[in-house]
Amino acid sequence: MSTPKLVQGYEVVIGFETHAQLSTQSKIFSRAPTAFGAEPNTQACAVDLALPGTLPVMNKGAVERAIQFGLAIGSHIAPRSIFARKNYFYPDLPKGYQISQFEIPVVQGGSIEFFLGDEKKSVRLVRAHLEEDAGKSLHEDFIGQSGIDLNRAGTPLLEIVTEPDMRSSEEAVAYAKELHKIVTWIGICDGNMQEGSFRCDANVSVRKPGGALGTRREIKNLNSFKFMQQAMDYEIRWQIEQLEDGHAIQQATVLFDPDTGETRSMRSKEDSADYRYFPDPDLPPLVIAPEWIERVRSEMTELPRVMAARFVATYGLPEYDATTLTQSKAMAAYFEAAAQACKQPKLASNWIMGEVSRRLNAGELGIEACPVSPMQLGSLISRIADGTISNNAGKQVFDALWTGEGSDVDALIKDKGLKQMSDSGALEKIIDAVIAANADNVAQFKAGKDKAFNALVGQIMKASQGKANPQQVNELLRQKLG
Amino acid sequence: MTQASSDLHHLSVAELARRLRERKVSAVETAQHFLARVRAHEALGAFVDLNEEVTLAQARAADQALAAGTAGALAGVPMAHKDIFVTKDFVSTAGSRMLAGYHSPFDATVVSRLGQGVAGGVPGAGMVTLGKVNCDEFAMGSANENSAVAPLGHSGPAPVRNPWDNSRIPGGSSGGSAAAVAARLAPAASGTDTGGSIRQPASFCGITGIKPTYGRASRYGMIAYASSLDQAGPMARSAEDCALLLSAMCGPDLDRDSTSLDVPAEDFARSLKDSISGLRIGIPKEFFGEGLAPDVRATVDAALKEYEKLGAKLIPISLPRTELSIPVYYIIAPAEASSNLSRFDGVKFGHRAKDYTDLVDMYKKTRAQGFGDEVKRRIMIGTYVLSHGYYDAYYLQAQKIRRMIADDFQQAFKACDVIAGPVAPTVAWKIGEKADDPVANYLADIFTLPASLAGLPGMSVPAGFGAGNMPVGLQLIGNYFSEARLLNAAHQLQQATDFHLRQPEGI
Repeated sequence: MSTPKLVQGYEVVIGFETHAQLSTQSKIFSRAPTAFGAEPNTQACAVDLALPGTLPVMNKGAVERAIQFGLAIGSHIAPRSIFARKNYFYPDLPKGYQISQFEIPVVQGGSIEFFLGDEKKSVRLVRAHLEEDAGKSLHEDFIGQSGIDLNRAGTPLLEIVTEPDMRSSEEAVAYAKELHKIVTWIGICDGNMQEGSFRCDANVSVRKPGGALGTRREIKNLNSFKFMQQAMDYEIRWQIEQLEDGHAIQQATVLFDPDTGETRSMRSKEDSADYRYFPDPDLPPLVIAPEWIERVRSEMTELPRVMAARFVATYGLPEYDATTLTQSKAMAAYFEAAAQACKQPKLASNWIMGEVSRRLNAGELGIEACPVSPMQLGSLISRIADGTISNNAGKQVFDALWTGEGSDVDALIKDKGLKQMSDSGALEKIIDAVIAANADNVAQFKAGKDKAFNALVGQIMKASQGKANPQQVNELLRQKLG
Repeated sequence: MTQASSDLHHLSVAELARRLRERKVSAVETAQHFLARVRAHEALGAFVDLNEEVTLAQARAADQALAAGTAGALAGVPMAHKDIFVTKDFVSTAGSRMLAGYHSPFDATVVSRLGQGVAGGVPGAGMVTLGKVNCDEFAMGSANENSAVAPLGHSGPAPVRNPWDNSRIPGGSSGGSAAAVAARLAPAASGTDTGGSIRQPASFCGITGIKPTYGRASRYGMIAYASSLDQAGPMARSAEDCALLLSAMCGPDLDRDSTSLDVPAEDFARSLKDSISGLRIGIPKEFFGEGLAPDVRATVDAALKEYEKLGAKLIPISLPRTELSIPVYYIIAPAEASSNLSRFDGVKFGHRAKDYTDLVDMYKKTRAQGFGDEVKRRIMIGTYVLSHGYYDAYYLQAQKIRRMIADDFQQAFKACDVIAGPVAPTVAWKIGEKADDPVANYLADIFTLPASLAGLPGMSVPAGFGAGNMPVGLQLIGNYFSEARLLNAAHQLQQATDFHLRQPEGI
């Protein structure tokens, strides 16, 4: 690990717990649907309501998604894991306990790798376990009373817990983005943060470098990357201020208020309940045979980091390019199509990470909505690579493709007259004419002023209406002046 | 009423089913006969709910199915259900104020399988639900003195009375089931057994009851007391009837109960008539110690002599951790109960206190009002043993000993085929006698708890009469999935004796 960045002389230590809602059609222990946004209590069956006599039955689809996640990040998949009951009373918790995994989770260990700028980072995972979500208490709309919506009760969650490996809020956000990328890439979670499908809790503490870990405070339910960053930055500043003022940090759970940009304490450690965890006698241990794991593995899509390694090996891309291009499946697919069309992978990568991304970002578009197809980009790159057009002319063609002015690269080059001069005789005439007309510059160049040479090149390019190949111009001009 | 129908209540399930099949009697006639008997014997306090309209509609449906030749094996035979099974058409109270008047939107799997529903794609046996019978609140108790529900004909909670002596308890928690069958108010009743709740009341009321291997009968729709122990079973007069009922009750229910075993339903009556010559009956010395009342001991010994006459061999064995089963059970069962009963919080269904100041006050008042003393006691014990800092010393330790108790049985079954002994240390005691002494009640469970903790099948077979001419049951415990053999052994005893045919006076 590189030297950590300090904030006012303090080292920041962050660990994450993320609740990823699994993309199953039905709930984790019942057959009720999981779709978001239905009328309250219309998607809660007898099991979700905890009616007397009901029992949980494990949704295998949720288990498969946990296995996929474990395989994606190099974890150990526990051959036998245990569901436990976390007992506490709350109106939106119908059974009076939440079924979760406590002592033996299904996914153990593993790591998430990503770039922070151009620095490669790796965050170790402690575990990922399956559990059910609770319902929702609705405190508005009911004068003097609270309403309960149990549609969400029993929704399958994978809680993903890291070691306290992150050393800045930027790193933590980059981790969260990478995790988000992985779960959506492999399709186990829709990643919709507004709807709560991907919620993060950040455990934040600060310490003097080399000191023992500080007392942490947990910021709950961060459901946007922007708030995540703001909340952690506020919390870090707040903790440092407290310590600088001589106050000790009390362990607490806090909430971030986006309106004030501040975190405020929900409950302190003293208030924390004794959850009386014990193995759920309604659910036998979750047994995962090696054959099940292998079947899931064989059906899995190519993972981002495997794909990135392949891009490095097959296309000779730098690791940074490969990682950037595998930020999403669509981006990676676009790159591969373009690279194969032009046989110039590095140029394709440059174009996608450069011009294409710039235009997409400016228009707030995803690559799926890019008006320039990878085949078009491929032909464009081919024409630059074979010297037909200059890079600058390429940008004009790209513009025309983007705006829909044309769709055929060669036709656009022809229509716009962007083809570079390949006839050296014609170019020589232009050069001779420019030399003749700019005796001053010629004299200055001969007197040792390099700038004068560039001025001559500029004149020649202008005279050729940009169609001259700059490299050829350089060579010929030097010969003639030499 | 025809001559044939006036003694319908003396007929066994097997005989009633035969007459119904042969159309010698109709299901409607049968239902009416038993409903009238229930009404005539309300003083016993066995029944808590009837729905004559539904019962008669089911009887008519059974008659139609019988006429069409599409009827299930037990079509038209009436059956009472312990009020721990949820039912659509009858209240489902679990004997608790918490669920006073509660109706379930679905039937328990056991109710569907015995009745006219379809469970797991299997059509039911076609029985007619006669009504719901009383039980200890949430099946916690061994005297049926813990019910908070007013039985039919009563204005408030009242103890279920033992038909053999109205001043005595019927046993529990399936006390209403046992009393109803013994008094011939129903040919059969369902029961549940967590620590002996089928076997002990069967013994006290002189009927036959079997608890199958844990996982044989679906727990879906059984209001949970202790999930890892609760198991449904039939209570009837004979082993043959129990075999027929058990065959209908059991079978996989994997889509609704994760603890349901994936073993196919069986015909448990297939080997009833087999000879038991050479059967090795293990006699655990720990079941015949100081605490066993002499009258019970003499009755059990006499039944064992009968077995010897039938060619069985008595083999002395040891179940060394028998005594430990009491503390182990009274840690594990309350621990699970404390969590299972958390859903009764006044939020979604059941009782909610009328006046409260805030959420916590609502919880406190609701649960204080809704639960009876024994339930509260077990919730508190269970909460304590699961608490941080006590879990390892109590709950984990109890689980370890539970495994040892199961291992002891496996050791014993190397030397014998079935194990026999008393069901309870005494005959049924007087109402109120131990009502204020929970520990005395707990200690009386000593002989039924070991098989429950091990998940083994166990049954009670009428063995004779002890003090006060009260019935005494012989307990038979078998290895996993050996129900057919247990029922065979019980049936053979019943071919040689007539204790199961005797009936209490005045009914």
